[in-house]
Amino acid sequence: MKTLTKCLLAVAALSVAACTNPDRFGPGGGAGTGAGGGGGYEAGSASDPRSPAYFQQTVGDRVLFAVDQSTINEGALATLNGQAQWLLDNTEYSAIIEGHADEQGTGAYNLALGARRANAVQEFLVSRGVSPARLRTVSYGKERPLEICSDESCYAKNRRAVTVVTAGLSS
Amino acid sequence: MMLRLLTLLLALGGLTMAPVPGQAEPLRIEIDQGVIEPLPFAVPDFVAETPAAAEVARNISRVIAADLAGTGLFREVPKEAFISTITSFDSPVQYADWKAVNAQALVTGAVSKDANGRLNIKFRLFDVFSEAALGDGLQFGGSEASWRRFAHKVADQVYSRITGEGGYFDSRVVFVAQTGPKNDRKKRLAIMDYDGANIQYLTDNSSIVLAPRFSPTGDRVLYTSYESGFPRIYQLDVANVGRRALDEQPGTMTFAPRFAPNGNTVVFSLSQGGNTDLYTLDLASGNRQRLTSAPSIETAPSYAPDGQRMVFESDRSGTQQLYIMSAGGGEPQRISFGKGRYGTPVWSPRGDLIAFTKQYQGRFHIGVMRTDGSEERLLTASFLDEGPTWSPNGRVIMFTRETAGAAGTSALYSVDISGRNLRKVGIEGAGSDPAWSPLLP
Repeated sequence: MKTLTKCLLAVAALSVAACTNPDRFGPGGGAGTGAGGGGGYEAGSASDPRSPAYFQQTVGDRVLFAVDQSTINEGALATLNGQAQWLLDNTEYSAIIEGHADEQGTGAYNLALGARRANAVQEFLVSRGVSPARLRTVSYGKERPLEICSDESCYAKNRRAVTVVTAGLSS
Repeated sequence: MMLRLLTLLLALGGLTMAPVPGQAEPLRIEIDQGVIEPLPFAVPDFVAETPAAAEVARNISRVIAADLAGTGLFREVPKEAFISTITSFDSPVQYADWKAVNAQALVTGAVSKDANGRLNIKFRLFDVFSEAALGDGLQFGGSEASWRRFAHKVADQVYSRITGEGGYFDSRVVFVAQTGPKNDRKKRLAIMDYDGANIQYLTDNSSIVLAPRFSPTGDRVLYTSYESGFPRIYQLDVANVGRRALDEQPGTMTFAPRFAPNGNTVVFSLSQGGNTDLYTLDLASGNRQRLTSAPSIETAPSYAPDGQRMVFESDRSGTQQLYIMSAGGGEPQRISFGKGRYGTPVWSPRGDLIAFTKQYQGRFHIGVMRTDGSEERLLTASFLDEGPTWSPNGRVIMFTRETAGAAGTSALYSVDISGRNLRKVGIEGAGSDPAWSPLLP
């Protein structure tokens, strides 16, 4: 129960950020554990398997990294395989992959580290057959933390790469 | 002793001052010596030679005193202790009265305001115990709006005559002004006097902006902005706030720009395919040159004052460390070998030191080392200290200090390269990424 509350709070905080932030900053949400509803669903809703909301919540839009690392860990493989499959199934979507770092690092270095993380995800998706023309990467370094406490429980969630899908080909 | 008052001309609002001939003074602070007992000084309110100048005369004296006391090298003798009052700029100094209150340095001055609102300021500096003037008196003028600059000019002269070092008060700092919580922070570029006064915003807060850097003459600023949706380097003209993107290769990100001392070359980092290397851009021709080609991260470059070499950070050894290489590229030499990670190196304007951020055992430090990596000294320690910038005379470092936790906020701090005199720069709101200008002309 406590975890759920925390998760909801994080979603609420993030949606505020997404609404007011003019930067190209992807919508957030819980990490890949949303309820995939059976039966009928509203098109475009989170239960529509072809919707970005489904991608975000059910496939899982983000993977996490170890401190100062950009290698895809084993725990991330299922999520990324799911992302690749979704992108192969929904070719009308392109994606921007955001790389992020926790606050324990200097600014420029963290930008470069975020670029590595975003690229690691991009390379993985390409290796699974997604066209590189549909993918772009951006690094936010430590500029857009999701969790704002200053200990490892938050840092672990901030060291992430988030795949943000949008309709249309990337320019 | 008769004083010569040098009259100086003001050209088009710009301020000019004649150099003060050096002389061997008994009143002297050797900044390099260990523990310093601050030198007591007195700045009686400058004499208002026209009634309309009374308030600005008082304000100028206060700013001079604040500049000097703020260095930690000087201590102000409070006005309440004064025995003498200065009622006329030219009446002889009653040295005995100033000795009695132990004011070793005495700064006197006068301000007048003409019908057009232009100020004329005169000042003299006295060595009380030698009963002699220290250097020539000076006189200058300009619009009343610039009164703080006149005060900083006087303070620079006093500092410089007593320490033998160049001053740094008449300078500006460009930084990132911040509002909002950690997970929704709004950032905009701002510029201020070195002491936090006269803040002026250069961008709105619609895009993330990062790490502004002054040109060698202070007329332009390089920075990184997300206004295209991706981090890119921009150049901004301080006078008219016009800006332009400098490098727009699709599929790349550019950041960490810094000017070469020639003011025409820009060195920066470019990320492509997850790899970050150093490049230069010639602003006049638009020519881009790649300086490093390694699979590691190369970023945060900073030129030596002579423009021949640069220092930067790289994780080619496995962790973030500092390297020096020729300005045109070539084999870098590692200079940091202590425990921990080293980043954001900045070459001092005197050429002798590199300031850096060090991370070690979960703490952040601002430190300095010689350009060969020797004599490393850590000046600060906190949860997160980052991004040093040098005062124009290479004596003071300003940096960002961020506090921990959900309510964490960032502020600008300064510290002497001796490690003494740590202070928060008084600005309204939060700030980060300071970059100090050269001394203003």
